[in-house]
Amino acid sequence: MKVLVPVKRVIDYNVKVRVKSDGSGVDLNNVKMAINPFDEIAIEEAVRLKEAGTASEVVVVSIGPKQSQEVLRTALAVGADRAIHLETDDELEPLAVAKCLKQVVADEQPELVICGKQAIDDDSNQTGQMLAALLGWPQGTFASEVAPEAGVVKVTREIDGGLETVQLNLPAVVTSDLRLNEPRYASLPNIMKAKKKPLEAKAVAELGLDVSPRLKAVNYAPPAARQGGIKVESVG
Amino acid sequence: IGGDIDLLVAGENAQPAAEAAASIAGVRKVIHADNAAYAHQLAENVSKLVVELAEGYTHILAPGTTTGKNLAPRVAALLGVNQLSDIIAVEAADTFKRPIYAGNAIATVKSADAVKVITVRGTAFDAAEASGGSATVEACDSVHQHADVSFVGEELAKSDRPELTAASVVISGGRGMGNGENFDMLNKVADKLGAAVGASRAAVDAGFVPNDMQVGQTGKMVAPELYIAVGISGAIQHLAGMKDSKIIVAINKDEEAPIFQVADYGLVADLFEAVPELESRL
Ligand SMILES: Cc1cc2nc3c(=O)[nH]c(=O)nc-3n(C[C@@H](O)[C@H](O)[C@H](O)COP(=O)(O)OP(=O)(O)OC[C@H]3O[C@@H](n4cnc5c(N)ncnc54)[C@H](O)[C@@H]3O)c2cc1C
Ligand SMILES: Cc1cc2nc3c(=O)[nH]c(=O)nc-3n(C[C@H](O)[C@H](O)[C@H](O)COP(=O)(O)OP(=O)(O)OC[C@H]3O[C@@H](n4cnc5c(N)ncnc54)[C@H](O)[C@@H]3O)c2cc1C
Repeated sequence: MKVLVPVKRVIDYNVKVRVKSDGSGVDLNNVKMAINPFDEIAIEEAVRLKEAGTASEVVVVSIGPKQSQEVLRTALAVGADRAIHLETDDELEPLAVAKCLKQVVADEQPELVICGKQAIDDDSNQTGQMLAALLGWPQGTFASEVAPEAGVVKVTREIDGGLETVQLNLPAVVTSDLRLNEPRYASLPNIMKAKKKPLEAKAVAELGLDVSPRLKAVNYAPPAARQGGIKVESVG
Repeated sequence: IGGDIDLLVAGENAQPAAEAAASIAGVRKVIHADNAAYAHQLAENVSKLVVELAEGYTHILAPGTTTGKNLAPRVAALLGVNQLSDIIAVEAADTFKRPIYAGNAIATVKSADAVKVITVRGTAFDAAEASGGSATVEACDSVHQHADVSFVGEELAKSDRPELTAASVVISGGRGMGNGENFDMLNKVADKLGAAVGASRAAVDAGFVPNDMQVGQTGKMVAPELYIAVGISGAIQHLAGMKDSKIIVAINKDEEAPIFQVADYGLVADLFEAVPELESRL
């Protein structure tokens, strides 16, 4: 079984972002960037499937600027086999990302796509569902357990009321929730080895897809500030 | 947003829900699709139904729950439009506010799509009146059953306490609680206050309590009248889920804990002393 994992380069989750004073956006200058935490979990799951002999190959793909290759290298260092970079300097909306991924799926023919459930910058929580819709595939979103068997995958989903299990015929799209697994760190030798793993780069523009934005950001504002309150001495 | 409002009730044996929907104030029509295919709200099936019914509508809204988030992007992609996630305000029929970066920025976005597919953050809006309406209920017989998905089972949390996102008081515990048994202290306080009990991710990850209790960026968004955080440090991801609460009370033994920066009332104390004392005084 071949597994495809889309990974996004986002702001590091420890960074508290600031809105630019003119409201034109969020200040990302000199901010630490990293792999989206949910995508780390998605890669880990794919690599474990490979270690268990269930997956034959793990391919990672990222859509974004040149620097997205850094997160692809990180993914290769934790065990992905091969990487694809679709380069663009535009911020693509989830539907556009899903269209690009559909194209990658057509080329690569994976049986399982594992996305993160949401990217922690735009917090959309859409891309995996949209990709599944465009492909006509079933979807197992917010997964806390992924159990593939012959031709199917059982997915336990974290839902508001508790847990739900669905069975999907392959090929399928799964999106990872936080408790799916605990991602490993890349070891130094593996980081070195990752530099030699194949990374193929293409421009999004070459795909011939309509990825034009439908949403226009009118303004960005900081949330209403909370005043720190008082400290009380006791419960009484 | 304006315009006529129709509701879709898709489920199995959902007649009571359709009737309840028809009496909500301001609703014109309820479309009731009753079939086993819709029993578990599988997005593969319900999205096809919504797309079939979508013609003539300018806006398609779903709640920002796990069900809504599972469904709405699928509907949007089938319609070839983008989706707006978790809106917190309507500025105009095509312009909405939504939080990004764990609520550290609020973006105002204008959509150029012909149909706006939206998920709505429940805590940001007042609920419609449950009575006063007299909508017609129209049966819809369309059945969409995706061949590649089936429902296996579910484990739902059972509780007599109010639902987290709807409760007017929430008391949450974090890693500082130490273990699951200690959450009984919070349950006792909750029972006296009619509160729901929540948790930080650390408490859920440590296995103290089930996942449906997680409050935060990737858990539930709550905005009660009173939020009591016990043994929670106040990481940005946790704050994202509760900082719109009216009054925040924090109990933490570390006076430097970031939770105190958003708390209206902070108590620097050992929770194992403070919580039982709080309970005994209620
Ligand atoms: C400050 C800011 C400004 C923006 N301005 C614009 C703008 O002007 N115009 C515009 O069109 N959009 C804009 N966007 C939106 C764009 O950058 C979003 O990130 C994009 O819509 C994807 O949404 P998401 O990351 O929340 O997706 P989600 O649906 O939350 O992502 C879920 C998963 O999909 C996969 N995925 C998502 N994106 C990628 C990717 N690029 N490569 C590989 N896998 C991916 C990952 O597995 C990820 O975990 C802006 C976003 C921000 C934060
Ligand atoms: C992508 C991503 C998404 C996330 N989403 C969420 C989310 O949705 N919700 C969420 O909560 N977290 C989320 N997190 C995790 C978040 O970053 C924090 O790790 C988590 O909130 C910490 O939980 P905590 O405050 O319970 O634990 P800690 O940070 O360990 O804090 C425990 C606190 O308890 C106090 N304490 C200990 N003992 C006592 C005592 N006896 N009396 C009083 N106080 C005591 C300590 O002083 C400390 O402040 C997310 C992280 C990532 C990377």
